[in-house]
Amino acid sequence: MLKIARLVALKDLRIEARSRVLLNQVLPFALIVLVLFAFAIDNVGVVNQQGSNQAITTYVAPGLVWLATMFSLLIVVQRAFAIESGDGALDALRVAGVDPAGIFLGKAAAIAAQLVGLEIVLSLGAIIFYDAHLRLGGVVLLVTTLIVATFGLAAVGTLYGGLTAGAKGRETLLPLLLLPVVAPVLLGATRASEAAFGTGGMAVTEGWPWVGLLAVFAAAFIAVGAVAFGPLLDD
Amino acid sequence: MEQVVELRDAVVVLGSFPALAGATLSVERGQIVLLEGPNGAGKTTLLRLCAGLVALARGEGKVLGCDLAADRHAVRTRVGLLGHDNGLYADLTVAQNVRFWGHTIGASDIEIGAALERMGLAGRLAGLAVGKCSAGQRRRTALACLVARRAELWLLDEPHAGLDAAGRDELDAVLREAASAGATVLVASHEHERAAALADRVVRVEAGQIVETEPDEPACDRDGSTSSGEQEPDVVDRETDADAASNTIFAAISDAESDGRSQPRPEPRSPGS
Repeated sequence: MLKIARLVALKDLRIEARSRVLLNQVLPFALIVLVLFAFAIDNVGVVNQQGSNQAITTYVAPGLVWLATMFSLLIVVQRAFAIESGDGALDALRVAGVDPAGIFLGKAAAIAAQLVGLEIVLSLGAIIFYDAHLRLGGVVLLVTTLIVATFGLAAVGTLYGGLTAGAKGRETLLPLLLLPVVAPVLLGATRASEAAFGTGGMAVTEGWPWVGLLAVFAAAFIAVGAVAFGPLLDD
Repeated sequence: MEQVVELRDAVVVLGSFPALAGATLSVERGQIVLLEGPNGAGKTTLLRLCAGLVALARGEGKVLGCDLAADRHAVRTRVGLLGHDNGLYADLTVAQNVRFWGHTIGASDIEIGAALERMGLAGRLAGLAVGKCSAGQRRRTALACLVARRAELWLLDEPHAGLDAAGRDELDAVLREAASAGATVLVASHEHERAAALADRVVRVEAGQIVETEPDEPACDRDGSTSSGEQEPDVVDRETDADAASNTIFAAISDAESDGRSQPRPEPRSPGS
C-alpha cells in the first residue's frame, strides 16, 4: 500500500512540476482571494482583549489565509482528479488492481504537499499585506497547525474528489459537498492561527486545543478515506 | 485445455439497460479471439466484465479461475485492458507513463525498457510528453504499458485505432508473441480483415448476446448475412435465444430497480437492433 502511495504521490507531483498549474494558476488565485476579501472589509480599528487598537485586516488575516486555502483546495482537488479522468487513467488504475487505499494516500499526500506550499505563501502574504505579527513562540504552533490542518483538508478533498470524479456536474458538486465538511478545519485552523499570530491578544497556549481538534479530524478522515476509497471508485 | 474465460448466460445491466443479455463464451489459454459486431452490441461491456470493472447481474462468469460474481476485483491484477481511452497522463513523458504503470505491478526497469523497445518507443520518443505525441504514438505508449504489465489476459478495444500501417503490423506481432507465450487475447475490432487474420476464432456479439462463428468460414458469412439478403437459420435461432434470455435480463433489471436505481423499463431488444 505504501509503495503504491509513494508511486501515485510522486506521479502527481511530477505532473504538477511539468504543468505548473499550482504556480501559474492556483497561487495567483489564492493571493487574489486574500486581497479581495480585505477590499470588502472597512479597515477600521478594533479593540483587542488587552485594550489596544488593532486594524481589522490584521485581526481577520488568519481567517483570510484559511478561506483562501479552502477555495484553492477546490481547484487543487479538481485538478488532481481531472488528470485521472482525462484519458481514462482512473479506469486503468482500477483494472491494474492497484490498492485503492494506496491511491487515496498517494493522492492525499500530493495534494497536502501542494497545499503546504500554498499556505506558506499565504501566511507570508498575511504578514506582508496585513501587518500580522508572528511571535517567536507562535512559530511552532503555526507550523503544526499548517501541517495538521493540511492533512485533514487533503484527506477530505481526496475522498470527495473520488466521490465526484465520475459524476455529472462534478465541478459544481464538489464545492457543494466539500465546503460544509471542511468547516471544522476552517474554524479550528483559524483559531489556532490567531493564537499563533496573537490576534486580539490571544495567548499561544490557547491555540493548542484547536490543533488537537484538527488532528482528530485529520486522523478520522484519513482512516475513513483509506477504507472507503475503493468502493467509491467502483461505484 | 485450460479455460481462461468462462461465461454462462452472463447479464450485465448498466443503469437499467441490459448491455450484456445472457452471453455465453468460453476462451482457452493462448487463443486470440476477435469480437465483432455493430456499435452498442456489448463488445466493450464484455471486455469490461472480463476485466472485473462491471458487476455480473445474473449468470455465471469465471476469468482466470476468479469468480466474477463472488469477487470480480481478484482478476484485475492479472488482466490488461486497453479501451477507447489510453489511460495515459498527458503531462508525463512516454517513458514516465510506461514506468509508472509497470511499477504498479512490480515490473523491473529492464522489463520496462524492453517494453519501450518492443513498441518502438525507446530513444527520442521516450522523453516526449504524451500530450505532444500523435494519436498513434499514444496508442503505442498504451500498448507498451500493457506489455510491461505482463498480463495473462489481454482485453483490447479497437487497438488498431490511430496506428499507422507499421504500428498495426507491430501490434499484431506483439499480440501473436503474447499468445505464443501463453497469454490469451480478446480483441474487439471493426477492422475485420486485419483482426480476423490475426485471430484464432471470431465471435460475433449482437444485442448483448454472443454468436460464435467458425474460424474457417469466409468473412462474408461471419456476419450472418448472405449476398441475397436472406436471413440465415442461425439468425432465427438467435431470435429464439433472445426471447428466452429476455426473462433473465428483465429479472436482473428488476433487481437493479429494487436496489434504488429505478428507470423506465426498456422494450426488449431484437437481435441486431
